[in-house]
This record gives sequence, structure tokens and C-alpha cells, in this order.
Amino acid sequence: MSLLQVKNLVVEFPGRHGTLRALDDISFDIAPGEILGVVGESGAGKSLTGASIIGLLEPPGRVAGGQILLEGQRIDHLNADQMRHIRGRKIGAIFQDPLTSLNPLYTIGRQLTETILAHLPVSPAEARQRAIALLKDTGISAPEERIDHYPHQFSGGMRQRVVIALALAAEPKLIVADEPTTALDVSIQAQIIGLLKKVCKDHGAAVMLITHDMGVIAETCDRVAVLYAGRIAEIGPVHQVINHPAHPYTAGLMASIPDMDSDRERLNQIDGAMPRLNAIPKGCAFNPRCPKAFDKCLHHRPELTSAGATRAACWLHEEVAA
Amino acid sequence: MSQTSQQPLVVAHDLAKTFDVSAPWLNRVLEGKPRQLLHAVDGVSFEIERGKTLALVGESGCGKSTVARLLVGLYEPTRGGLTFDGQDAHAAFKSADARQMRQRIQMIFQDPYASLNPRWTVEAIIGEPLQEHGLIKDAAELKARVAELLQSVGLSALDMPKYPHQFSGGQRQRISIARALATAPEFLVCDEPTSALDVSVQAQVLNIMKDLQRERGLTYLFISHNLAVVRHVSDQVGVMYLGRLVELADKHTLFANPQHPYTKMLLDAIPKMHDTGRARTPVQGEVPNPLNPPSGCSFHPRCPQATDICKSERPALREFKGIRIACHAVV
Repeated sequence: MSLLQVKNLVVEFPGRHGTLRALDDISFDIAPGEILGVVGESGAGKSLTGASIIGLLEPPGRVAGGQILLEGQRIDHLNADQMRHIRGRKIGAIFQDPLTSLNPLYTIGRQLTETILAHLPVSPAEARQRAIALLKDTGISAPEERIDHYPHQFSGGMRQRVVIALALAAEPKLIVADEPTTALDVSIQAQIIGLLKKVCKDHGAAVMLITHDMGVIAETCDRVAVLYAGRIAEIGPVHQVINHPAHPYTAGLMASIPDMDSDRERLNQIDGAMPRLNAIPKGCAFNPRCPKAFDKCLHHRPELTSAGATRAACWLHEEVAA
Repeated sequence: MSQTSQQPLVVAHDLAKTFDVSAPWLNRVLEGKPRQLLHAVDGVSFEIERGKTLALVGESGCGKSTVARLLVGLYEPTRGGLTFDGQDAHAAFKSADARQMRQRIQMIFQDPYASLNPRWTVEAIIGEPLQEHGLIKDAAELKARVAELLQSVGLSALDMPKYPHQFSGGQRQRISIARALATAPEFLVCDEPTSALDVSVQAQVLNIMKDLQRERGLTYLFISHNLAVVRHVSDQVGVMYLGRLVELADKHTLFANPQHPYTKMLLDAIPKMHDTGRARTPVQGEVPNPLNPPSGCSFHPRCPQATDICKSERPALREFKGIRIACHAVV
């Protein structure tokens, strides 16, 4: 059974000039131990998807439809108190900026033991031992000493390791990592991604990895979902989506990334920009930028259908199937 | 353009910038704290030929942006200097010819949200350098020039009365490029021009920059931490580490056959797109504190090939098989 199921999720922001639909009919699931990547450009709804799952959607944003199920239990309609027990215990979170995810006034040891004691039936001494073991797992040298240090005494990469330890503290089944390496340098990025992959495997946690970096997705994830204007454009096994993209947007996105193996004078570009939420085009949201758009794309919105080894929301594949 | 075009347009020789980051005077007196100097850029030399692109890469804090600011005259070098088209640029910045020199060297900044005045129209933003340098005679000519500049970066003359907030990130960066091009410069210093942009938009901006270089014979200094982008735009690549150049080579040599252990590590740290699930050997350790850099070669604590000499003696940048490299283990 799937660990996490997201069914037809709709997130809306009511405002003075009408309601904006930021996520529209998002469905996917994550199997236990699986790493699902979520990519897309700024404003595509990647972070909102993550925030809805961990119940940290900022008002006035609200889940306006659909369901989120964790181990078969609905978690999208829980109140703040019930959600607090799930967050940390069942779902861990890692955010982009490690400095803002840690409290600067407490030692990292206190922050780790607090999390462990809140969720697990252990004594304070055991909690401290656990915290030291976690720091060791995340590659922090001399954890017995470092545990009593404050966040400012750690470098950016080390802080992100502490945040990963914190997310794993209560042995959650799922980690939602929202751009965990974006604030870090390339050399540190590689260390953190490697670490995330390794510790999640060791601790048996599934990961939802949100990022805009296809390279990170390529080497970390099992499956990937490509978001465009609040909808899933394509979802499938990562090597399929990267090497044989079915949706024209995915294909354009891949071609626009400068890569290390080919010498191209010009990069392929997708003209235009992603539409704003208050101006989503009729039909397929990608149709104004799509090189393959035809009549049907302008009037009817495509749903996710099977397109070879992946699933894509594109009429090109509907036609083939029909 | 008096000099022959044979010699490089831009020559930086032994550029250095030191910042005084000491505690305030009173604390130094009362608490006996010493003066503290940060060597942000410590002796960087390179040449850029007319119409070519030199890229500088390195991690945060390696001094890339300080080099950029030294080149456009936003900082005064502590040591060394910049020769632009045979002229001492920093002497020119201080002389009566400062405007002329500034016309020829322009800069594009990283964040198109912060580098454009939100209260100015696009016309005012792009028109300011034209007026400031006295390049136009009247309002009609101003409009015509601004329209032309907008078209050269793929925007429309109809965008003139709009404000920056009406544009997306990529469009804003094009406005910055149009503004930088207003004085018809020969040399553009681009400090991470695409790192704030999404990949599909990044491709648009990089293509425009390459087209402009071809059409106008522009010379670029391109600063980035993204090696894939650097490989796409540059002719030559300089790798910086803690304020110094560790390797300088032409693009093909550097990417095909990196010599310096740091360059090798950086290249290995790039995720490979079409090689899914590949395990990498990440760079070990982190960049040391620049206030207290390691002795000898500043890379030695992270270097797999470090020997005793690396800990005691700082390697100089030397010619080696057609590239320049600062490493005891290689040369």
C-alpha cells in the first residue's frame, strides 16, 4: 500500500479580486522508502504541495478539495493539535534555509532532544544518546562535543546536516524536503544530497524532494513529478522522464538546461513565461508556449493519461491512445 | 580603440582587495583586539581578448564578485591594477575621463528584482545612462534609442511606460541588459546574471547574451557558480579558491582535462542529468574561514593529493602545458 496518497488536491487562495487556484487537481502517491522528486519553475506549486502535506499551508491558503492520506488515514482535515503529533513523528520536514529552521537561542542538542522526547517514549538520557547517534549518522564529527553547540557555531552545510538529523529524530516514515540544497554551494550540495539519500535509506524513510534542479532529481529520485501552473504535467520513473519526456513542457525544460556533455551554440528555449494564477489560459495551461499545440489544446484541458512509461497531461498522447 | 586589437582588451595584473573588518577602535583599545584584515581577492591576474568571454567560477566567498566590482571600478584595488585597452582603468576612473571609461565598461547584476528602481518606468531606467553620458540630444532621440535597446533584448517599444513589477524575472534581467548596453560598452561584467532565474528563462537570457556578443563584438567577464552554464557561455575559465586563481585554461581543456584537484572536485560535484542514480564522490570538507585561511596552499585541508610542501608553501600560478595552474602536486 502507498505510504502517502494525494488525491485530487486543490489549494485555493481567496482574495479581494476573486479566488486564486494555486494547485488544481494534483494526484500522486509515494510508496514506502521511495524518493519522489517534484520539479517545476518558480510559482508552479511545488512548495505548496509540500506545505499542504505537512499541514503548514499559510492562511489564507486552504485545501479546497481532494484528500491527503498517510498510511490510509486522512490528514488534510486534522486540526492544528492533531497535526502537530503527525508532523515530526510521521512526517519530517527539511527546508531550504538551515539557519531559519533552527532556533538560534537553543543548542542543537536541546532542539534534538526536545523533538525526540515529544514523540518517543524515552528518558532524557536516552534521548541525548539518540541525538548523538543521529548527529553521527549525518556525518558530524565529534558529535559528543558538537551537541552542546549553538547553530551559529556551525557552517551552512553542517547546519543542514543538523536539520536532517532533526527531521529524522522521531523516525518518521516520510520526509518532505523543500529545496534542501538550494542555499548551499555546489560542493556542499553533493555532500548533502548523498547524505539525504543514504540516511533515508538507512532509516527506511520515503522522501518527497522538492527542487528546481533537474540534476539533483536525476541522481537522487526514483520517480519525478513535473509541475506546471499548479498541475502535474508529467509523472513517471526518473530516467524515463529525463531521457524520453512525453510532455512538450518537460521536453522543453530538459533541452533548456545547459549540460556538460554536448556543445550547443544556442540553448533550446521555451519562449514566454509561466502564466500568472489569475491568467491561466483556457484549455491546456501550456498551450501559448507549446510548439506542438493544436486546436484541441486551446479549448479542452488534458488530464493525466498514460504516455508510454510515464503519465502525461497532454492531448498528443490522448490522440495516440484513442 | 586606439590600440591594436591584437593585444587583450582587458588585462588584470595582480589585482588584490583587502577589507578591514577589525572591531571598532574602542573595542580594540579596551579589549586588546587586534586589527583584522580580510583578503577577499589576493593577487589575481588574467587577460581577456576582445570579443571573448572569461568565466570565473568558485564557491561562495572565493572573491568572484569582488573581482567583478574591482573591474568596473566600484572598488579601488589595494594592490595591482587593470589595464583596459592599453589604459590604466583605475587611474582613468579618477581622472576627468572617468565618464568615458565608464561608458566602455558596464555591469549586469545578479538579482533583477533588486537592481531596478521599482518607482521608475522602463524608459527612465534605460534612458538614465543615455542622459547621464550625454549620448542623446532630445526627448525624441531618447525614445528612439530606448525602443531600439528594448528590441535588441527581445522586448517591445510598448514596454517603455511600464514599471519593473509588471515584468517577470527573465524580462527584468533583459531590462538590466538593455540598460547596461545603453552606453554601447565594449566590456560587460556579468555577476551571476542568471542564477536568480528559472532554467527555461535562463536559457532565454543566455541566448540573448550570446547573440549580442556576436552582433556587437562584446567582451564578457562572466561570473557564475554553475559550471554547466559556464561551459556553455565561456571561451576561457578561471577557477577561484579563497581569493586566488587556482587554474586558468581554455574551456575545452579545462572541462576535458582538469588539472587542479579543486577543479576536478568541482566538476565531479555537478549532478549529471542523463546518468540517473549515479553515485558521486562529493568534495570533502568545506571552504575554510577566509579570515583565517590555512597556511601554504589554502586548499590543502580538502585536497586528496596534499603533501608537506602544500602545508608550508603557497603555490604560484605557473604556466603548465598551455594552462595556468597553482598546485605543487601538478607542476
